Amino acid sequence: MKYVIIGNSAGAIGCVEGIRSVDTEGEIVLISNEEYHTYSRPLISYLIYGKTDEQRMKYRPDSFYDDNKVNAILGKEVVKIDKDKKAVALNDGEEISYDKLLVATGSAPFVPPMQGLDKVDHKFTFMTLNDAKALEAEISKDKKVLIVGAGLIGLKCAEGICSKVKKITVVDLSDRILPSILDEEGSKLVQAHIEKSDVEFILGDSVAEFSSKKATLKSGKSVDFDIVVIAVGVRPNVSLIKEIGGNVNRGILTDEKCKTSLDDIYSAGDCTESYDISCCENKVMALLPNAYMQGECAGINMAGGEKLYDKAIPMNAIGFFGYHVITAGTYCGEVYVEKEDESYKKLFTKDGYLVGYMMIGNVARAGIYTSLIKEKTPLDLIDFDMIKSKPQLMAFSKTDRAKKLSKS
Amino acid sequence: MKRVYVNEKWCLGCHLCEYNCAFANSGKTDMVKALKNVTINPRIQVEEKDGVCFAVQCRHCEEPLCVKGCITGALTIKDGVITIDKSRCVGCYTCILSCPFGAVMPSDEGVIQKCELCLKNANGQPACVQGCPNNAIVYEER
Repeated sequence: MKYVIIGNSAGAIGCVEGIRSVDTEGEIVLISNEEYHTYSRPLISYLIYGKTDEQRMKYRPDSFYDDNKVNAILGKEVVKIDKDKKAVALNDGEEISYDKLLVATGSAPFVPPMQGLDKVDHKFTFMTLNDAKALEAEISKDKKVLIVGAGLIGLKCAEGICSKVKKITVVDLSDRILPSILDEEGSKLVQAHIEKSDVEFILGDSVAEFSSKKATLKSGKSVDFDIVVIAVGVRPNVSLIKEIGGNVNRGILTDEKCKTSLDDIYSAGDCTESYDISCCENKVMALLPNAYMQGECAGINMAGGEKLYDKAIPMNAIGFFGYHVITAGTYCGEVYVEKEDESYKKLFTKDGYLVGYMMIGNVARAGIYTSLIKEKTPLDLIDFDMIKSKPQLMAFSKTDRAKKLSKS
Repeated sequence: MKRVYVNEKWCLGCHLCEYNCAFANSGKTDMVKALKNVTINPRIQVEEKDGVCFAVQCRHCEEPLCVKGCITGALTIKDGVITIDKSRCVGCYTCILSCPFGAVMPSDEGVIQKCELCLKNANGQPACVQGCPNNAIVYEER
């Protein structure tokens, strides 16, 4: 059996490990357009911040490809899949055949058309190690940075470069930060914390026009800058599958085995859409843990094993300047709120199940909540009044506790 | 493999497991110096309410969501034991988000900590179990 994997991040690595848990011998070829050993993309902000380095941010040890008998072709790009011939074509003309193929092409920063952006000399996106290196080479203590986008990427970038630049201004069209994962109250708390580190926010506003060192906003305000970072969002890289007729919505559509609509072609990670069990609809959930588990599931199935990826929910753990945020699931249904000092918690229940939560500040034991959502635990089987104030195993029945802690 | 299992009905709620855990992982040889006037942050934690009590620490799951979700690769599983490489952890807390037992927690060094069955400290076997006066936690194959 010959496996070909396009990609070299969490989905791809999960696939290698999934395949090898079933098939220790089959040939694995992994192709990535980046020249690096597999590394963790979410760590690029920590790299600039100084909390990790290029060696420590490797997602797997240096010996990973050897240990798993992977032929890693790094720095080359797959330009086409020939599904009839069962082969992929590389940008240097080489053709590589496959029996089973994984497409883990990830996503790419979305840069919307913005008036005058071509006049800006120093503009960056913030997704890959090369992006981080380019930005790091440009920043210095006398530079002012404008970040367009107050989402996860824009704000992690702000944290990463904060102590190394003169000033950071974050502009977002939304009237609050992290709108995809927080409610109004939560956004305010996190914003106030980030502002303590002298990051300035201009919200509910957007850039009308750039000149080389100045952005004029729709409101008429202006922001001076030396460097612009565009972090308004990402788009799944779906073209390889779309152009050969595979089912694609916003992301590549996959089934519970992480297979696409095409024979012998699987897909995992940021390029896919999967089924969110907390709200019962398909979604792009571009998150590293999900990517790994999709890749692993795909790998096991590609190698002839049996595995389902059927408990996906959106979930995020993120922190800014030591202030932590954990969120999961969907925000709908009945709400339970708890607020104390710097901590904030909100739980969402619907039809007798926990479907979503956010925790800010005190995030202790959050995974107990995550598990209630993923396992669809009926809340009448637990002491919900107890667990809502504090995640704890005491809220489960004696029998369930024994199953969890005594394997009986 | 051998794991730490809980006999809930025998737990006295004495919290000795927590102290033994904190001591074993302190790197110190003197228990008084290690624990006196210190707010301990043990990797095993006792839950108690209305006369029911039991200790919770990492279950070393066969399907470890913390390892699979780890964004850095700092959490790994080898021979069934899940360990953390603190030099690679950045403290993102994705493992705290993922662990269904609530058994991963922030460490005093600003990253995370979890039970490693005392295999990485001088004790060499679970200090919590050794010090339990009532066999409310045991280290065995099941």
